[in-house]
Amino acid sequence: MTSPLEQKKIKVTGPVVVTANRVGDGAVVYSRADGGWTTALDGAAIATSSEGAQALMTAALDDDLRAVGPYIAPVKLSAGGQVRPGNLRELIRLGGPTIELPLPLGC
Amino acid sequence: MYVYDAFDQTLVAERVAEFRDQVARRLSGELTEDEFKPLRLMNGVYLQLHAYMLRLAIPYGTLSSEQLRMLAYVARKYDRGYGHFTTRQNIQYHWIKLAELPDAMADFASVGMHGMQTSGNCVRNLTTDQWAGVAPDEIEDPRVWAELIRQHVTLHPEFSFMPRKFKIAVGTSQHDRAALRIHDLALQLVRNDNGETGFEVMVGGGLGRTPFLAKTIKPFLAKRDVLSYVEAILRTYNQFGRRDNIYKARIKILVHELGPEAFAKEVDAEWQIIKDGELALDDALVDEIAGRFSYPAYQQLDDSPPQLAEARRAARGFDAWLGNSVANHKVPGYAIVTLSLKPEGGTPGDATADQMDAIADLADRYSFGEIRVGHEQNLVLPHVEQRDLPELWRALAGIGVATPNVNLVSDIISCPGLDYCSLANARSIPIAQEIARRFHNLDLQRQLGRLHVNISGCINACGHHHVGHIGILGVEKNGEEFYQITLGGKADEGATLGTLIGPAVPYAQVADVVEDIAAAYLELRQRPEELFIDTVKRTGVEPFRERVYATR
Repeated sequence: MTSPLEQKKIKVTGPVVVTANRVGDGAVVYSRADGGWTTALDGAAIATSSEGAQALMTAALDDDLRAVGPYIAPVKLSAGGQVRPGNLRELIRLGGPTIELPLPLGC
Repeated sequence: MYVYDAFDQTLVAERVAEFRDQVARRLSGELTEDEFKPLRLMNGVYLQLHAYMLRLAIPYGTLSSEQLRMLAYVARKYDRGYGHFTTRQNIQYHWIKLAELPDAMADFASVGMHGMQTSGNCVRNLTTDQWAGVAPDEIEDPRVWAELIRQHVTLHPEFSFMPRKFKIAVGTSQHDRAALRIHDLALQLVRNDNGETGFEVMVGGGLGRTPFLAKTIKPFLAKRDVLSYVEAILRTYNQFGRRDNIYKARIKILVHELGPEAFAKEVDAEWQIIKDGELALDDALVDEIAGRFSYPAYQQLDDSPPQLAEARRAARGFDAWLGNSVANHKVPGYAIVTLSLKPEGGTPGDATADQMDAIADLADRYSFGEIRVGHEQNLVLPHVEQRDLPELWRALAGIGVATPNVNLVSDIISCPGLDYCSLANARSIPIAQEIARRFHNLDLQRQLGRLHVNISGCINACGHHHVGHIGILGVEKNGEEFYQITLGGKADEGATLGTLIGPAVPYAQVADVVEDIAAAYLELRQRPEELFIDTVKRTGVEPFRERVYATR
C-alpha cells in the first residue's frame, strides 16, 4: 500500500474518511462529522468529493491536541450502508495485525 | 557485562525526567506534534499503524538477566506481553501508550537502559558480533571498542543532527556475524604483519532503495587512533553529506559519488588535524573501559563431557539441537547456545514476557546471568557449561526456544512489515510464517543446509532482504501486495547483494516460489556439501529464474 505519508494533494475518486492516531495512546481514530474523533469506522464522516475531504482534513489538522498525523483514507460502502476499509493497510489499522499475537506460556 | 558508573546512571535518569516533562507538555497541548516529534524520536518513540512504538537500545546486543527481566516486566505492564528483537540487536514494543512511556522509561533506566539514539539522524546503537568475548576465533572483545565509541557519540552535539542516521558495527572474527559491510561505518579488528591489533575501516554500506556494500578506506588503523578517525569520518560526512534530498543523504551515497579514494582523502585531511589531540587514546582510558566489562569466572573443564554423548544417544531431539544451535566456546568445557526465536507459526524475533523471564532465570543458572541478541533476531546464552546442555535443552524446549533451525530456511529474518509498520507496503510476518510452515520438516531443512531467507515489507530494507540468500521484498502494485525475489545475497565476510530474478509475484505465491527455488537447488547442487549460496554463485540466478517462472 502506498504510504499515506507520501500523500501530497487531495484527489478523491470514491468515498473517503479522515483517519489519524490518538495522541495519548496512538489508537486509530476517525474524524466524525461533528469534529470529534471515534475509534469506530462506522461513526466516521464520509466525504465523496475533494472539497468535502479537504474540509475534514482542515478540521483534523486543527485538532493537533487530540489526533496525530491525519490523512485521507479510502473506504468501501456496502449496499446496506456499512463502511469498510478501502485497502489492506486500513483494514490492518482497523482490525489489527493479520497474524496471531504471541500468547503467554501455557495458553 | 559492562557495568555503568554514576555518570551513566545520572545521564539516563536525567533523560527520563526531561522526557516526562516533554510528554506532559504534549498531552496538555503546550507542545504541538511538530514540536514534539523530534523530541520523541530522540528517545526511540515512533508512531506506527496502531500505536506508539518504543525502540530500546541494547548496546552491542549484550543484556544482563536483570535487564531481560525488566524487558519482560515492561512488556507485561505497559505493552501486550511481548517484545520484538530487531535486526540491529534492539528490542521494540509495539503497543505502548504515550502517557505511560515516561514510567516505562523510568523502569528501564533503573537497569541502565534507554531509547536514546535509536532513532533520528544521529549515531545509532552500536552493534557487534553476538558471540563477542566468547568466539574461539576472535582477536579480542569488540565490545570494549563499541562501548568507547558509544560513550563518545552519545549526545555528542556535533553528531546529533547529521544528514541522516549513522550505523556503526564492530567486528572481530574472521567469520562476520555482525553484517559489517551493510553498515555506514564498520570497524573490523585485524592483525597486521607485525602482529599488532588494529582496525580495518569500511564506510558507505547500507541497504534501502540504493544498496551498497561498505568499502575499505583504511586497511589498518592503530587502536590509539580509532576515536579520532571515527570523528574524522563523521565530520566529513556531516560536512559533505547531502541534506537536500533524503534519498541521497546517507553516507553510502556520498562515498559512492565521491569515490572511496576521494572520500578517504577528505577523511585523512580532517584526521591529520585531530589525530594527535585529545581523541588520541591512551592505554589507561582503554583499560578503564575494558575493566568495566566483567567476565565469568570459568572453571577448568574438559570439552565433550560424557553426559553429552549419553544425551545424544538418548534423545534424537537433543542431538539435532546440539548439532544446530550449539557452537564452540573459546574456553574448554563451555559452549555458546543460540535460542531460536523462530518457532513454526511464530513471528521472527518476538519473545513473550514469560519467555524473557524464563530465559533470564536460565541465564542466571547456566550462563553467568548473561544474554546476547543477534542481528538474526535470535538470543544467545554465551557461557554454558557443556555438561549442562542436556538440562538446558529440556528447559529451553519447554518455553519454545529450542527449535533446531538456526541458519536453516525457517530461521527467517523479517521486519514487522505492514502488520505494524507505517512505512511498509506489504506484510512480512505472514510470509515468513507460511515459508516456515512449508518447510516444517526439519529433515528437509537440514537437507537444504545453510539457507538465509530475509524479508522486508518495504524498500527501507529493515529485513535486510538484499543480503538474504533468498531475499524477499514486499511492494505494492495497484493496491495489491507483490514480492520481488532476489538470490545470492549474503551479509557475512563475503558480503554480496542479491540479484533480482524476475517480476514480482503475488502474496499467495511467495511460499510456492521459495519451494521452487529450494527444489531447484537440490537438483542443481553438485554434492550435498555445496551450500545453497555456493550453488547460486556457481550457476548464477538463471536456472532458478527458469524454474520459478516456467509455470507463472
